[in-house]
Amino acid sequence: MCSYIVEKTALIGSAKGRKGWMRIDAANVYFDHPYHSTLDHVLAIDFTNEGEGGRDRVAVELSADSARALVARILAALSSGEAAHGGPAQAAAESMTATA
Amino acid sequence: MSHYRALQAETVKFRGHNGDQGEAYFAGPTAAGNYPGLVVIHHLPGWDEWIMEVVRKLAHHGYAAISPHLYFREGSDSPDDIGARVRAAGGVADAQIMGDVAGAIAYLRAQPNASRKIGVIGFCSGGRHAYLAACTLSGIDAVVDCWGGNVIVDNPKDLNEKRPVAPIDLTEKLNCPLLGLFGNDDANPTADQVNRTEAVLKRLGKNYEFHRYNGAGHAFFNTWRDAYRPEQALDGWKKVFAFFERHLAATATSVAAE
Repeated sequence: MCSYIVEKTALIGSAKGRKGWMRIDAANVYFDHPYHSTLDHVLAIDFTNEGEGGRDRVAVELSADSARALVARILAALSSGEAAHGGPAQAAAESMTATA
Repeated sequence: MSHYRALQAETVKFRGHNGDQGEAYFAGPTAAGNYPGLVVIHHLPGWDEWIMEVVRKLAHHGYAAISPHLYFREGSDSPDDIGARVRAAGGVADAQIMGDVAGAIAYLRAQPNASRKIGVIGFCSGGRHAYLAACTLSGIDAVVDCWGGNVIVDNPKDLNEKRPVAPIDLTEKLNCPLLGLFGNDDANPTADQVNRTEAVLKRLGKNYEFHRYNGAGHAFFNTWRDAYRPEQALDGWKKVFAFFERHLAATATSVAAE
């Protein structure tokens, strides 16, 4: 059943969509029925720019297991990246938290 | 069961809630005859290709069917992008959707080959809307609720400005026959919620029939999803067409069925 439950977060970044690159300032995250995937439920993320009306989005639909695996790889990449670059990833993360 | 292989299917304009003009997908037999009308209420993800297949399937069986795009006010982007925006905004108010369904009914009644009968069928969140339509709109002769969740609202916090009343609390006003189809593995509605809904319908003496399917969960008609269960879906469609045939007399006035 469609749940209407959406987790929202502010963020800083860019994403490439059908019109090319765009600035993004928010993500809507939900676990519900997909539009495209054949799975019964997916972890969906819509990256948008709310500051520009939120009409364009870059969307993904992931299985629950692959979404969890992705979260782990994101954290691993941040960790190894911070180690390699001396902390800029952490600084960016703190900046993002401050604006959330 | 008659089949109508010659169909007209197209996007049309209709007047919905507050007289707003929007798009709807319409299909009906081209053969001369008078056809009952059906409003098809899409699910939350949006006005997708599967729902249009359903509209054509209903037309194939002798109905003039229309599926209003319930998110048309969000613009002309692709239905999936519009659906994502509507979800992020918390969905559409029940009152607006009932207004759009009423507008779709008016569109059907205005067709030159319309019979006097009107039915409504909805899937998923649209099943809930179909239940609401049966309880709040007039001029409907039969309603099919396919696995509509949140007909029973166990947590009052789930009620809000857009969805202020649990449909179950409007059951006393249900004024047409209701068919409900459910998968026993569904998480929303659960088998227990389906039982409790049926208990209310029974207590109030309503004209209803419920069918439950083992080995099926949510959206088991949907051929685009892994949830599709062909055996249960084929039986479910038989139940749908028998129900509409009984209450809308689908073939009574047609003259050119194959």
